[in-house]
Amino acid sequence: MPKELIHLNNLSKSFDGQMVLDELNLKIHENEFVTLLGPSGCGKTTTLRILGGFAVPDAGQVIFDGKDITHVPPNLRPLNTVFQKYALFTHMTIAENIAFGLKIKKKSKAYIQDKIKYALKLVNLEGYGNRMPDSLSGGQQQRIAIARAIVNEPKVLLLDEPLGALDLKLRQEMQYELIRMKNELGITFVYVTHDQEEALTMSDTIVVMNQGYIQQIGSPESIYNEPENAFVADFIGDSNIIPATMVEDKLVSILGFRFPCVDTGFGRNRPVDVVIRPEDVELVAPSEGTLQGVVSHLIFKGVHYEMEVMAGGFEWLVHSTVLHPVGEEVGIRVDPFNIQIMNKPESEDEEAVAIDI
Amino acid sequence: MTSNNKKKWLSAPYALWSAVFIIIPLCMIFYYGLTDKTGAFTLDNIVAITTVGHAKALRLSILLSLACTLVCFLLAYPLAMILANKKGNKHQFIILVFILPMWMNFLLRTLAWQTLLEKNGVINNVLTFLGIPNIKIINTPAAIVLGMVYNFLPFMVLPLYNALSKIDENVINAARDLGAGAVYTFIRITLPLSVPGIISGITMVFVPALTTFVISALLGGSKLLLIGDVIEQEFTRASNWHLGSGLSIVLMVFILFNMILSAVFDKDGEGSML
Repeated sequence: MPKELIHLNNLSKSFDGQMVLDELNLKIHENEFVTLLGPSGCGKTTTLRILGGFAVPDAGQVIFDGKDITHVPPNLRPLNTVFQKYALFTHMTIAENIAFGLKIKKKSKAYIQDKIKYALKLVNLEGYGNRMPDSLSGGQQQRIAIARAIVNEPKVLLLDEPLGALDLKLRQEMQYELIRMKNELGITFVYVTHDQEEALTMSDTIVVMNQGYIQQIGSPESIYNEPENAFVADFIGDSNIIPATMVEDKLVSILGFRFPCVDTGFGRNRPVDVVIRPEDVELVAPSEGTLQGVVSHLIFKGVHYEMEVMAGGFEWLVHSTVLHPVGEEVGIRVDPFNIQIMNKPESEDEEAVAIDI
Repeated sequence: MTSNNKKKWLSAPYALWSAVFIIIPLCMIFYYGLTDKTGAFTLDNIVAITTVGHAKALRLSILLSLACTLVCFLLAYPLAMILANKKGNKHQFIILVFILPMWMNFLLRTLAWQTLLEKNGVINNVLTFLGIPNIKIINTPAAIVLGMVYNFLPFMVLPLYNALSKIDENVINAARDLGAGAVYTFIRITLPLSVPGIISGITMVFVPALTTFVISALLGGSKLLLIGDVIEQEFTRASNWHLGSGLSIVLMVFILFNMILSAVFDKDGEGSML
């Protein structure tokens, strides 16, 4: 594991008596692409603002490279931010925008010229130096905002939903560009978004947040395949979340039907939630299924068909490339590896957090 | 086309109004200003501005108006910044407090200041009561500037507030993020981005201050004549409409210059809210 760079230690913050962050702990490593993911109001942007120095936590510390920077003003922090709506200086040219930070650092004219050229090349906007920000498209402006930040060679780049204002196609292009830039620059990215696809595409580590709490930290694969609770499962992609009982190790009873699984250590006859991704539900001949049901809805989605199957008193969401028309009787089978067992929320409070999405 | 033509007719009442009360009087000013008593064309009324008394009045007017504009700017900018940073309903209240005096008649407000500043006025009575030496401010240029600032300050605050509250908070944050201190951020970002509001505010204070005659008459006594007083006297006491109109045309040049300035810089119409 690379060196630890940032440690958010027990951060708490409330606005007007409303708790936004509650004792948040997070470690960010060198050269890591970390995404803070969650619905609006989950505290992800507040966390980023505290990191950037635009908000001060009510309690807790921001440790950067071993030093406490909780109360250091933003202009003295070794990190730079790319803001949601570009926040370019509209009264300056693109080149002047990019040179802003360098001029403050009293760099030489030649150095600044070199940097402007390099940065414009990095974001694929060579020759735009003398244009005004207003004459650029949204995507171009966002790339200038990134260029303006990275010429200062920050150790960490903070990005606050930078692609939120762009259309789908441009967003996907920019995702690849960001990954390329991160690899080229070799710096840490802390990225805030509510878009789970964006998070899955770009991140080394995803931090799923809700209501000021971290719900799960992990790689995109582990967040998707092994969500720790119903909130994470539901927020990241479509899923079937079904109440069930863990009969014993490696055997779970879902809707009264026994499914072999691979999880152990939950004890005997313990109530749990199971997550089964729609693409992991296999539709087979009724006699071959663990339980039987009837297809109730069918939608063509391009890559696959999305079907709903009424079985065992539960409406199963199923993705399959094989068409099963509405009304057809089918059997349902699930590979043991594809059944993810989750603990039930322990307190009502936690449950409220899980449901409120 | 027909609906467009119908809509055009909606502007007829205003067109009539502006023709009768703006265009025609303006034409009359130009007619009187460019003719003598016999009706023959002359530039004498315009050149009259160079005579000692008139030039002195114009100089004093410009000087006091500039002083008033400067004081207004220095008072209004910090206030507008505070207002622009306030969120929610608090700032609405402060703005209301500022606009409130504007709802009272302009003459009344100025008369109130006269009563306050007089030799035996309220302020001096209080000072005497407290054993502090009295102030002699009435009938001085300072009193005129005070009256101007009091009356015209809201016209500076509102355009500045408009311009400043339009600046995205993240633009300021971005400057700080890139290493700029608070002062540098203000000089390089906040100030340049508020230029439309500044120009608009200057215009809206300078022009009425330059042309005022009520404030100077009430607070400046009979000895301190502003160009507005001179013009007023030509029309009312001397009944010389030709000279009054000629001097008015000269004053219009200044106003025109200001309007051009604000048209160039204030493209978003910061001042149009008033």
